[in-house]
Amino acid sequence: MTTRIVELRRGILKKNDELAAGLRARFHAAGVLVLNLVSSPGTGKTALLERTLRELLARGFRAAALVGDLATDNDARRLAASGAPVRQINTHGICHLDAEMIGKHLEGWDSLGAVGAMPSSRIAAAMNGSPAESAAAVATGAHLAALDFLFIENVGNLVCPSSYDLGEGIRVALLSVTEGEDKPLKYPTLFNSADAAVITKIDIAGPCGFDRELALRNMNEIRPGIRIFETSAKTGAGMEEWLEYLSSECTGRR
Amino acid sequence: MHELSIAASIVEAVTETAAAYAGARVIAVRLRVGALAAVVEDSLQFCWSVTTEGTPLAGAALAVRKMPVVIHCAACGVDAEVGGVQSFRCPLCGQPAADLRQGRELEIESIEIEEPEGEALVASGEKDRR
Repeated sequence: MTTRIVELRRGILKKNDELAAGLRARFHAAGVLVLNLVSSPGTGKTALLERTLRELLARGFRAAALVGDLATDNDARRLAASGAPVRQINTHGICHLDAEMIGKHLEGWDSLGAVGAMPSSRIAAAMNGSPAESAAAVATGAHLAALDFLFIENVGNLVCPSSYDLGEGIRVALLSVTEGEDKPLKYPTLFNSADAAVITKIDIAGPCGFDRELALRNMNEIRPGIRIFETSAKTGAGMEEWLEYLSSECTGRR
Repeated sequence: MHELSIAASIVEAVTETAAAYAGARVIAVRLRVGALAAVVEDSLQFCWSVTTEGTPLAGAALAVRKMPVVIHCAACGVDAEVGGVQSFRCPLCGQPAADLRQGRELEIESIEIEEPEGEALVASGEKDRR
């Protein structure tokens, strides 16, 4: 018997990474800005998204959402009240969303037709690929081209979602004032991998004894220079700045 | 929490690679795991033993090499290792550094296989030269 070392140098999550790269290319071709919202359970991802969808639609943007939970379609029903197309992803025990789940739940999303008529220029952009890619775009991606934003609300979990690329353009980490200012230090991977952060429920920051300066400092220790928004989905405080950011990122990526 | 799906991904990749070496047995799998990879080694080892049980990979060791976080400091023009995952500052000048050069790895570096002599020669294409 002989032993030998076989070099692999292969990412363990290579399959997910490849699927995510495919999704990213598809989102880019469709001209849709995709945001992946990550936080612990109860931070207020759904509340922020409910208000965000409502306000974006009121401003003439076209937005849709995929929402992940282990069980129930409660969040999808809450979000759908905004009028945006929403689809629930039930992971049945899995603690995060992965690129395969996203791809699967984008298939044949016919209700996206309800978003409105698609400008012909966007159809052309979506179909600007090989014949095979174009066929795929007609079947699924073309609906994406009718959107400005696709929000993906991840499963509430501060650990696992950080490892799984979903093909998003922007990863947003949420932290609520009820959670403690040291969350970024305790869960550095998630906050370090985020492109932007939102501090939620700021209307109750006072009663919670929330130390704003400390929270901002901790976030900057883990992700230097991260863009931070402070919002209350209940009162609407800080929503304007958040919506302006979304709007400028959306325009900037076209 | 996702160590089980990571273990399953390792099994898939290793099985695929090992299939090219007929008659070989995998005795070790070497990983590179960054400090920011959000993987708990004890949990991964446990999931590895459970996932490989009753398969040809049963008994193969999982060797984990931990990769510390390395940032690039533009001001100092160096790549530097930071202690831990609590602060991302250049250890030389103390400035915050968001440019990460190492620490997110989650990869299979290599596998160690044991194979019968004859099969080894076939696999490496040296049989004809005998």
